[in-house]
Amino acid sequence: MATQVLTNPVNLTISPRLAKNIRRNIKERVIELILMLAALSAVATTFAIVGVLLYESLTFFKAVSLVDFFTDTQWTPLFEDAHFGIMPLVSGTLTTSAVALAVAIPIGTIGAIYLSEFATHKVRETVKPILELLVGVPTVVFGYFALFFVTPMLQKIFPELPSFNMLGPGIVMGIMIIPYISSVAEDAMRAVPMSMREGSYAMGATRFQTAIRVVTPAAISGIIAAYILGISRAVGETMVVAIAAGQQPNLTFNPMESAATITAYIVQVALGDLPHGSIGYQSIFAAGLVLMVMTLIFNILGHWVRKKYRQKY
Amino acid sequence: MVTATTPLKAEARNLNFIYNGGNRAVKNLSMPLYENKITALIGPSGCGKSTFLRCFNRMHDLYPGNKYEGQIVMHPDNTNILDPAVDPIEVRMRISMVFQKPNPFPKSIYENVAYGLRVRDIKNKRLIDEKVEEALKGAAIWNEVKDRLQDLAFNLSGGQQQRLCIARALATDPEIMLFDEPTSALDPIATANIEELMSELSNKLTILVVTHNMQQAARVSDYTAYMYLGELIEYGDTDSIFTHPTRKETEDYITGKFG
Repeated sequence: MATQVLTNPVNLTISPRLAKNIRRNIKERVIELILMLAALSAVATTFAIVGVLLYESLTFFKAVSLVDFFTDTQWTPLFEDAHFGIMPLVSGTLTTSAVALAVAIPIGTIGAIYLSEFATHKVRETVKPILELLVGVPTVVFGYFALFFVTPMLQKIFPELPSFNMLGPGIVMGIMIIPYISSVAEDAMRAVPMSMREGSYAMGATRFQTAIRVVTPAAISGIIAAYILGISRAVGETMVVAIAAGQQPNLTFNPMESAATITAYIVQVALGDLPHGSIGYQSIFAAGLVLMVMTLIFNILGHWVRKKYRQKY
Repeated sequence: MVTATTPLKAEARNLNFIYNGGNRAVKNLSMPLYENKITALIGPSGCGKSTFLRCFNRMHDLYPGNKYEGQIVMHPDNTNILDPAVDPIEVRMRISMVFQKPNPFPKSIYENVAYGLRVRDIKNKRLIDEKVEEALKGAAIWNEVKDRLQDLAFNLSGGQQQRLCIARALATDPEIMLFDEPTSALDPIATANIEELMSELSNKLTILVVTHNMQQAARVSDYTAYMYLGELIEYGDTDSIFTHPTRKETEDYITGKFG
């Protein structure tokens, strides 16, 4: 159709009122460019980080074989007799994260259900800011809270628990993550349309039945997003575990033992005076790369699960 | 059509409804609901017809601060279902509702229909199977979904979703079914299907339907009530309301001079 118009040119002039406004055009372009640059800065930073991690790790992996890296059961890069097995750090990271999630996921989910479906407006408006205050507490405070309060308390129950262990900081990390999970999950549940709840009530369902059987499944993709956020926070958390879990790499999944996580190792080594370019220095980047890949795997997994259960309503 | 022998299923007696904030949306309304008949509520937007409908299953209890005055008496129990001592959940078990927009749950077709049974703690798989099939047949959707009962309900078309919602409401054998503008989100063919379905359903249960569409009221209902500004202006059997309305306001609304 359009070509027909073009091939039959009638002598038409463009009136000044309909002519393109050059000034408006340029202004729009400039604004678009500024917006794009702002969006790109985050992407560029991510790529830069990945680039540096890969580049430095490459040097590291020239000295240490991948097989050793994944199969050696010791991580002692700074010792005379250096070992470069990442697994003790991975086990520490996974164990503390598992403890944290075992605390944060149930409490965070129940909290979200309560706040979204049961709490009155007044209660919600009081409790939410308090919960979110928890996010503002510096993690170093949580670290000493784990070391000097939670662990001694746990030692009353388990007398054989060492002063540095993964259970105490894991639990504290879980408490720290609760507001993230509850707040994102609650937002997802409150986004479920009221008409769906009314449909359930109209069938004679109770509040609890409506919350569990209708609202939760309807919000499941958002709830899973909340869990992914929690996992990422747990895996990447540094101060709490660096302070309270001990800094001895230890290949174990027993939370009653002390161990080091990837993040704890990085902060420990980065604080020392390592010569630039030494193998110890480069081990930081290799560890960082593993951490990033782990987070990425959880995120991809989460994304996939979310997509699978996404509901349209 | 009005005969002295038509039994009453329910009646509103001097019903007032006040929203949180003081808006009196239903004013001193008295009206019968005859058993196994379709009663239509018509009137311009904001006249209180949906508010009145939602009194019947105590839907307003879900939001704090709302207030009922007067009675809705349900027969044969002769109980005021608005009495605070009456459990709204028990009321909703006997009076079910179909909404303006289809609102299936995020579950399979089967589980949507089984929902009302499950919340009543019925666990007998064979009984649930039977009831689901019966309800889907009753809602004239069985043939379309019988081979994909485990599919997600959201994958159905709008008209199918609405019939699924009717099946869901039907599965628990309600005595009264409330329809809140059930076809306003549907195309003409789906609308015709729902209207036909309502006529069939009225053989075994009592229906109260809110509609914006006067032709629909004329087509499907046995009785019609015209509401304006929260008041019942006129009530009567549908034929006489549409042919010889006694009130000027009703006539203006029906003939399209107003509303």
